[in-house]
Amino acid sequence: MKPTRLIIVAVGGQGNLLASKVLGEAALMADIPVRMSEIHGMAQRGGVVESAMVFGDARSTIISDGEADVLVGFEPSETLRALNKCNPRTTVITNMAALPPFTVAIGRGTYPDLDHLKRLITEKTGRLIAFDAAELARAAGNIMSVNIVLLGALCQTGILPVSEDMVRRAIETRTKAAFVDTNLKAFDLGYQAAVA
Amino acid sequence: MHKLLTNQPGQKVLLLGNEAIARGALEAGVAFAATYPGTPSSEISLNLFQVAQETDLYFEYSTNEKVALEVAAAAANSGLRSMCMMKHVGVNVAADALMTLAYVGTRAGLVVISADDPYMFSSQNEQDNRYYGKLSGLSILEPSSVEEAKAMVPYAFDLSETLGEPVILRTTTRINHSNAVVTLGALRAPQTKGRFEKDPFHYVTVPAVSRQLHARLLENMARAQALAEESPYNFEEGNGTWGVICNGVSYTYVADAIQDLKVEDQVRVLRIGFSHPLPAERIGTFLSGCEKVLVVEEGEPYMEEAVKAFAQERGLSLPINGKGPTLFSRLYEFDPAMVRQKLADYFGIACPPSAVPDLSDVPEIPQRPPTLCAGCSHRATFYAVKKATEGMDVIHPSDIGCYTLGFLPPLSMGDFVICMGASTGSAGGFAQATSQKVVSFIGDSTFFHSGIPGLINAVFNNHDMTLVILDNRTTAMTGHQPNPGVDMQELKLEGYGQVALEPLVKAIGVPHVVTIRPYQLKKSIAAIREAVAFEGVSVVIAKEKCALYAKALRQLRGKPFRVSERCQNHRDCISDLGCPAFYLEDDRVHIDADICIGCALCAQVCPENAIVPVKST
Repeated sequence: MKPTRLIIVAVGGQGNLLASKVLGEAALMADIPVRMSEIHGMAQRGGVVESAMVFGDARSTIISDGEADVLVGFEPSETLRALNKCNPRTTVITNMAALPPFTVAIGRGTYPDLDHLKRLITEKTGRLIAFDAAELARAAGNIMSVNIVLLGALCQTGILPVSEDMVRRAIETRTKAAFVDTNLKAFDLGYQAAVA
Repeated sequence: MHKLLTNQPGQKVLLLGNEAIARGALEAGVAFAATYPGTPSSEISLNLFQVAQETDLYFEYSTNEKVALEVAAAAANSGLRSMCMMKHVGVNVAADALMTLAYVGTRAGLVVISADDPYMFSSQNEQDNRYYGKLSGLSILEPSSVEEAKAMVPYAFDLSETLGEPVILRTTTRINHSNAVVTLGALRAPQTKGRFEKDPFHYVTVPAVSRQLHARLLENMARAQALAEESPYNFEEGNGTWGVICNGVSYTYVADAIQDLKVEDQVRVLRIGFSHPLPAERIGTFLSGCEKVLVVEEGEPYMEEAVKAFAQERGLSLPINGKGPTLFSRLYEFDPAMVRQKLADYFGIACPPSAVPDLSDVPEIPQRPPTLCAGCSHRATFYAVKKATEGMDVIHPSDIGCYTLGFLPPLSMGDFVICMGASTGSAGGFAQATSQKVVSFIGDSTFFHSGIPGLINAVFNNHDMTLVILDNRTTAMTGHQPNPGVDMQELKLEGYGQVALEPLVKAIGVPHVVTIRPYQLKKSIAAIREAVAFEGVSVVIAKEKCALYAKALRQLRGKPFRVSERCQNHRDCISDLGCPAFYLEDDRVHIDADICIGCALCAQVCPENAIVPVKST
């Protein structure tokens, strides 16, 4: 099976690791080879958290610059920062709800203009799916489910070899029982957002 | 039941590398495990700590890596299969024990995990611990994948018992923190009680004994090399006269490159997984069949230098390269595209160029560095020290932990950090060598780990310095592991002692000791001022539980704060404290109520008293 490479970038606390875990479990259920890597430790103290997932026949667990087939960003400026992982064929899915880093508040750096950001990503990659995932997470009943909203959008693209059903099953069996209903709703809202 | 205790051999599960290593230990019948936490090794310990609460496994968080290895060495020499895990720099701390333990050896299997961190994702250096194999004479195993990491642990235990020596399993971050599908093997019931058989002419390393033991170690190294020659973890793949010798994760990048470049019939790979002692014969035979060889290894040219020496011994003059200005770097980690490109360049294979888009017109994106959490008590202590020493010329040696981040503006508290515990030793040196004031910082866990000898030194040599112990009641940076100061009953765990810091520091003979509550800003500043004015050694213990830990224990009681209309936009709160709960909107300061823990530090700093509690509705 030809490898498919996915990068997920997020801000510490946004649930990036849970999202990749759900996809990994879905791949396991479907017997699809999967490897992933993530960075823990100091990087998590409010910093950027990146995880890489490689589906199919490859042995590496990390993804080089220019080699991601899909980039999912949980925060718009982090999506832009990860553009070096993309190539002209990459599909990019991004949450548009900004979480400006603290450096902006103390006057060190300017947060990028969101329309300009969308234009840049569109120019440099194959396809951009951008929407406010935080709003959809709230609509689903839990602001913490931004990660699952974006998984819904990711599954809609059909780029990954794991099916939508498998991901749903992984959400049912691998996320906390109390959140399964809101998570499934979040997944559906994300899925529909990507159709539009 | 803990997921690593699933006893269904053949079942496939998705595991983190560190979980796979812990599972491998359980499949090897490990009875005894000791550690000091350190990224990227920490989850091995966390899982075994949890498993120990459900089984007969003995697990302990030791005060430092040296103690952990000593504890494990005794258990292994009493007949219990033992494991000791640490990050790469932890092996430096344990090295004194390790070097002579290699002379003494072990009765039951003893596996030492060294988790190296190329690129320094969360470390102060990227030393290559394969050299500890050469230095100590011990065998080193290096997995290339998560699955192999699990499989190598039982192999390492068997090897350790065959040789009567500890075995080092060396991983890198990309093994520890990768996930992959692993097939479970059977759990093995451990032997949990041992007996130490006295044999002083083997175990007491006076010179006359050690002279015998060193000869024994060299014999064991020769036996280890013979085993490395036959080991299934040193294997060949592919055909052709272009040779690649590689180890660890580099092997996975090489394998992908060969597949991508479709050169399976031109490139032959020798993967080294048993890397000390290196299998000289096997490498020699491999070289004889090659025209040209590339050594692909992250870190130092450990294999490259040895391979060149083996070639020289055999009179082979083929080109052998690895590190070099146009080849691989000794810096940082590798990645698949980089290895593919270097491999193609070296052998003259066509390689499609990188498809990275031109990003020159992307505006600079504001940095998002790791930062102290909202409401972190270290911030309050740092601010109080800053205020108490205003106008003074002060050096702030610091140490390893979350509080190392205090070196960043706006707090800028941290001038010299090299290793665990150095804040106490280096403080004395600065005090003696300069006429600057010295106020140094150390966390509670790091103080227990290796700060105490430096403080005793300061008392004995009468250094004029102030040590601030940032006592947040846990080992926060690595994920809230217990340390000797922790109240284990809060974790509902019985049978532990507890060491109180203030009596300990007083017993050392520190003449001026004060404990502060850092959120009480005025009192803290006054107490720190007094400690800094004291001539000689003074210690300030800043005692406040880590906010994240308190939250996990459901002990956080604070209500969030807000910026009221009294605000005159001075922004002292943002510019002096840098708490991530602040944000700007329409050029006004706001507080994110979702992350504010109500520590009230900013309310005490605001010149207008404009920061007030959110009224509960």
